[in-house]
Amino acid sequence: MAQHRVIVVGGGLAGLAASARIAEAGLPVDLFSVVPVKRSHSVCAQGGINACNEVARQQGYSEYEHFDETIYGGDFLADQHPVLEMANWAPRIIDLLDRMGVPFNRTSEGYRDLRLFGGSLFKRTHFSGATTGQQLIYALDEQVRRYESEGQVTKHEFWEFLWPVIEDTAQGQRCVGIVAQDMRTMQVRAFRADAVVMATGGCGLVFGKSTNSIICTGAAAARCFRAGVWYANPEMIQVHPTAIPGADKLRLMSESARGEGGRVWVPRKKGDNRPPRDIPEGERYYFLEERFPAYGNIVPRDIATREIFGICVNDGLGVNGENQVYLDLTHKDPEYLTKKLGGILEIYEKFVGVDPRFEPMKIFPAVHYSMGGLWTSFTKGSYNPETPRTKHKSGTRPPILAEVGQGMQLGALNNAQTNITGLYAFGEVSFAYHGANRLGANALLSCIFDGLFCGVSVANYVRDGAPAKAPAGDLASAGYDRVVAQEQQKVKRWVDSASAGAAEPRTNPYVIGKELGDEMTAACTVVRHQTRLAQCAGKLAELRERHDSATLADGASWSNQALGYARALSDMLVLAEAIAKGATERKESRGAHYRTDFPERDDANFMKTTLAKHQGGTTSLEFIPIDASLILPTARTYGKKDDKATPKPAMAASAS
Amino acid sequence: MSATASSSTHSRPVARPEAKPGRTVRFRVKRCDGPGKPVRWETFAVKPEPGANIISCLQQIAASPVTVDGQKTTPVAWDSGCLEEVCGACTMVINGKTRQSCSCLIDEYAPNEGDEITLEPMSKFPVVRDLWVDRARLFDALKRVKAWVPIDGTYSLGAGPRESAEKSESRYVMSTCMSCGCCLEACPQYQLEENPDKWPASFIGAHAMNQARLFNEHATGAVLKGARLDTLMGEGGVNDCGNAQNCVQVCPKHIPLTESIATIGRSVTIHAIAKWFRG
Repeated sequence: MAQHRVIVVGGGLAGLAASARIAEAGLPVDLFSVVPVKRSHSVCAQGGINACNEVARQQGYSEYEHFDETIYGGDFLADQHPVLEMANWAPRIIDLLDRMGVPFNRTSEGYRDLRLFGGSLFKRTHFSGATTGQQLIYALDEQVRRYESEGQVTKHEFWEFLWPVIEDTAQGQRCVGIVAQDMRTMQVRAFRADAVVMATGGCGLVFGKSTNSIICTGAAAARCFRAGVWYANPEMIQVHPTAIPGADKLRLMSESARGEGGRVWVPRKKGDNRPPRDIPEGERYYFLEERFPAYGNIVPRDIATREIFGICVNDGLGVNGENQVYLDLTHKDPEYLTKKLGGILEIYEKFVGVDPRFEPMKIFPAVHYSMGGLWTSFTKGSYNPETPRTKHKSGTRPPILAEVGQGMQLGALNNAQTNITGLYAFGEVSFAYHGANRLGANALLSCIFDGLFCGVSVANYVRDGAPAKAPAGDLASAGYDRVVAQEQQKVKRWVDSASAGAAEPRTNPYVIGKELGDEMTAACTVVRHQTRLAQCAGKLAELRERHDSATLADGASWSNQALGYARALSDMLVLAEAIAKGATERKESRGAHYRTDFPERDDANFMKTTLAKHQGGTTSLEFIPIDASLILPTARTYGKKDDKATPKPAMAASAS
Repeated sequence: MSATASSSTHSRPVARPEAKPGRTVRFRVKRCDGPGKPVRWETFAVKPEPGANIISCLQQIAASPVTVDGQKTTPVAWDSGCLEEVCGACTMVINGKTRQSCSCLIDEYAPNEGDEITLEPMSKFPVVRDLWVDRARLFDALKRVKAWVPIDGTYSLGAGPRESAEKSESRYVMSTCMSCGCCLEACPQYQLEENPDKWPASFIGAHAMNQARLFNEHATGAVLKGARLDTLMGEGGVNDCGNAQNCVQVCPKHIPLTESIATIGRSVTIHAIAKWFRG
């Protein structure tokens, strides 16, 4: 019998954690990545990673409250049991990272330092300067390199995932490998595996400019979707409140800037164009602090984003009349700022040419994260109360003790598994945990949790599931050859279209890509409306049609990047359609999804997962029930004060 | 006076030349279609947007690959990722100096009409295509110095060793190395070597010695100190360093590379003497 193998696609935090855990379980891993794994997008995460800790615990915090905050922060859309388990595991994950040598910031006594982050009144965010993602991915990269040097992990870097190989069996569909392409030699070939883990991150490039890396096209997820994998909550796209506008991307300015005391403000008077330092305290409008007395500047992202958007677009109070507000750290000690936030302050200084220790930064919201993703299932753990509880009150005793196995059952074969047996989704590419809005510093946690916790499920599936009797290595090659031929056909279509020089704008993939980004940003971000979404659907149809006849400027059979982009664009267009459809069909407002024509949350009809299925070239949607058996939904206000000076944002549908 | 206003008086605006809006900038690009293919130079004219960097200009060229002479050509191939100088991918040689292209702002480099910027791939790594190079040797070096903490597995075993803030800050700086290769490109001792069999005997470079130091200085990582020093005391190790100190000048993360090399040098000496005594 052939030896069992597992494929992990994606070398960010989720993929590396999965590779390490599965290799540790004794299974050989083939790790695929379009970039050397150390350069994955996880490096861009800045602020930190959440976990209950001893200091917070003694102030009344608990894993249960972390769970409760995450559900409330996600506006009651997430399936609840997996979130409980993630919160339970968080402290152990921090300890593990600590053992791997992550240089967490330390207190004077040598304990791990903590900071405030959005959606919590407790300091429960662990951090490493303001480049926490970089430090965490390096730690996991190092552990995987150790397995690589022992021969347990084989890296396939610069290989692009093209399609899953799915076998039809009497028991249903089962994933038995992938087809990938070496983007240097352009070789297309199949790789067999008994299980495949997709850990391919988000889809920021669908929106053109975002905080994401250039590799975050969402194409890998879209290819799975096109191959029959369900995609959930596509419309839930997080727009981060604070980013630095730029010509090529919108660079993130971490929430930790606010967690460390940063204040968001605009001049109180419209048209007050004085330099910020000349505007006295009384003439500054600290709108988040005034509207949200308890949380102030650390309200969750969807809320901060809508407030900033409303201040600029509806009230015309943006700095210098433009779409920007101040994020001010100048009241803090410059040395303190360097220690806690050095990495992000340097980014601002480098790209804007102003030192934020001495001048307030000018920022505006930008597309940042996809809460939606491939649909995954789970097996509930032992904690199953008869009725859900109301929202947890800080300082009260949590209703349960934090023990493993209460949220999800460790090692159950279906944890984080998609609707296709043997195909798993970890990290941002999965829809789990974050509901309709992700809390800051929960992303790194969910990536690592998936890798470590659900990695066990993958190993168990390979040993006890279908591959136990029929290893992928023993299957006939016809199924693989068919997918290779399909992908070679796509390559040929692009190469055949090629002629040097610029294609006309109508059929130029780069122009189509830019128009896609502009359209999605205008129609599917902070505010959404039926009329604008209908217009968007029309535009997407036009772009798809143009893309069908698009041509390349490069027909090279070696390292052809233009081909990689044009091919990814067809997949991005499919994902864009799912996002726009989800935004159209979800006729309510919840978390990041805000409809001006349906401004209220509608639990009766929409406290449900949007499930997108793609068949025969068309995307259909349905709404399926969620697991809300632990916490009862409550109004999500974060204690907002509704005074006359701050009218509820009734946003213009035409705003773009 | 408010606290905000008083601290603002210390304002230190970074001097930036006034860039001419609407200007045309020329990009002279060293091109090569693949390993063993001839090198050629092509020049492109670009009108940079406000705040443009090398990446956004290369994106413009990709959408419309026509040279200043009207020659239709292929898009320039280059490597990039995060675009905020934290992934290390987009390193290239710009006007003769190695750096990340994402943080290279056009307003600074070419403020006037007709200014020219020269782009070349790094010369110490094999070219894949155009500005894209293969830095596999750099990652191989991290294996050779066992740049990891040998943990007992992912099981729940409590916290790691407690550490002073000072120690953690010093390790943090060393740990910000993004494996970009600037230190190697600038090093006179580090030479292009395409044959992986010859990598172990070729100079390993500043980045790997810094990583060895990073893990030697971690309480658990130190258990592999001897193995790391064994690698670095041999051929291609610390003794091959010519002390040109170029590495520390070009490191975009301001890692004290020469300090790391000196520390490794001292450790290697002690390690060698101890080995000699042990026989």
